[in-house]
Amino acid sequence: MAGTSLSMKDIENSSIRDVFGRALVSIGERVPEVVLLGADAIGSTRGALFAKQFPERTFNFGIAEQEMVAAAAGFATCGKIPIATAYAFLLSMRACEQVRTDICYPNLNVKLMATHAGISMATGGTTHHATEDIAIMRSFANLTIIVPADALETVKAVEVAVEHSGPVYLRMGRGEIPNVHSRDYEFVIGRSTCMRAGGDVSVIACGTMVAEAIAAADSLEKEGIDARVVNMHTIKPLDQEAVIAAALETGAIVTAEEHNIVGGLGEAVAGVVSEHAPAPVIRVGVRDCYCGIGPEDGLRRKLGLTSESIVSAAKRAMSLKSSRNR
Amino acid sequence: MGRAVLKTPEELAARARDIRKHVIKMVGAASSGHPGGSLSAADIVTVLYFNEMNIRPEDPGWPRRDRFVLSKGHAAPVLYAALAEAGYFPVDDLLTLRRIDSHLQGHPSMRSTPGVEMSTGSLGQGLSAACGMAIAAKLDGASRRVYVMLGDGELEEGQIWEAVMTAAHRKLDNLTAFVDSNRLQIDGTVAEVKSMGRIGEKFAAFGWHVIEIDGHDIPAIMAALAEARRTQGQPTVVVAHTVKGKGVSFMENRVEWHGTAPKPDQVQAALAELDAPLKGGDA
Repeated sequence: MAGTSLSMKDIENSSIRDVFGRALVSIGERVPEVVLLGADAIGSTRGALFAKQFPERTFNFGIAEQEMVAAAAGFATCGKIPIATAYAFLLSMRACEQVRTDICYPNLNVKLMATHAGISMATGGTTHHATEDIAIMRSFANLTIIVPADALETVKAVEVAVEHSGPVYLRMGRGEIPNVHSRDYEFVIGRSTCMRAGGDVSVIACGTMVAEAIAAADSLEKEGIDARVVNMHTIKPLDQEAVIAAALETGAIVTAEEHNIVGGLGEAVAGVVSEHAPAPVIRVGVRDCYCGIGPEDGLRRKLGLTSESIVSAAKRAMSLKSSRNR
Repeated sequence: MGRAVLKTPEELAARARDIRKHVIKMVGAASSGHPGGSLSAADIVTVLYFNEMNIRPEDPGWPRRDRFVLSKGHAAPVLYAALAEAGYFPVDDLLTLRRIDSHLQGHPSMRSTPGVEMSTGSLGQGLSAACGMAIAAKLDGASRRVYVMLGDGELEEGQIWEAVMTAAHRKLDNLTAFVDSNRLQIDGTVAEVKSMGRIGEKFAAFGWHVIEIDGHDIPAIMAALAEARRTQGQPTVVVAHTVKGKGVSFMENRVEWHGTAPKPDQVQAALAELDAPLKGGDA
């Protein structure tokens, strides 16, 4: 954990957005060029800690995400490293064209850090969900997309995103999710993490669904099925080697994401598999619908964003593999 | 260091005429592009690049340089002409406008063309980027200034007003915006499409220092810039009343020359008119 003043205890006992807030302070201490931009959600995106520590480097644009993103481009041309924060639905959709034209097209060193992604604003309803952002962001050349799976990975991703030269979209939920990484975990952009070895089927997951994938692998193990679990924390550039290896070595793939199955991680994986090592790919995710309103747990069950869905998808992928091999 | 500064209105008027000729030649050679809004902005762009701004064309990345953002990016030809005349790249490049491997794209690209400070062309966004630049300058305690060129039709984009609020809120007195008010947009007059009313009063209501000028009166442009530099605690907007197609009589005030290139005979006619002796006090 070079360069961060966060203790492991801090990280292990905190929600993603609380850890994110402290990671911002840590990177602000280390990198003087970092400035924080917000759009009247500096408090709920947990930028308030940074704002308190570095008031002169914090800029609230009010409720104006499009302007904030375009202004971030201006900051970047002057040698600053702007971290533009907002809820994921606003950063990816309200400011969508600004992200493409002002940040990605000129390849500017802006860090877009989106909170409250997926259905984490559960009871807030569909207006505040973001199940489309990965699909949108994936289509922008030059952009790196990172979806951390737990608090530790969030801290590391913030640091690595700032050290990386070029635009980054960092996608976070807001809640407490189980830690899936150990303390000595090394985070490298574009290099996925094998959470569990296995030869019968591969589950390639990102974000909150990594913990579900591990739980699914536990269940499958009890039935004698040996599932590989890959944390695909970087959606772009995708770790093609790991995807091809999963296809060749296990012959059956399940993807899992808190996002529409249209345009997300699943389609990214399926694209690589179909071009390089054809094998069945079953996508677990939001099935091209708006998610409605409800408490997060209930909504997850209703939408099938669960380990149980991954288990049944894994069995389906394996049966497709065996029917093909007959 | 830097490009030769032109001090007198007469020298600047002559340079503006050269820039207008480049605009006609390059858009004619490309058979595509936006002559009308380039010609309306030519005098202001000339004063900025050859009198006002602190720049080093031989070192486009010089950190202390002033910044110019052409928010109305479709006027790229006038920017390219000024950059070439200032020495950022060879004047001969201008005739490659819009060709497949040219660095001079239809709308400015900061990664392609030396001297272009922001990739623009999608209207409404340049002022926001300029605010980012102006805030960054203040953060650095630097004296560099930021200039933006907006179109009057462009003011219909809501994001303009987000940035107008920020510039006033943050007291960005290092920021000067021009509104090239040529009163025309693609679908007709601005008054017909979405009437703006009094532009200056709108900016004033948001807390900007407002100066209204004839945007082809070079001494007035110079005086407005001097006044903007003297203005403290608030950004300045120069509402410049201009003529779309200025300097080429058959293009003046005609909306069809917004995005239409002149044919070879029209190029010759336009150049002949621009080459006619400058009239004293022409405005």
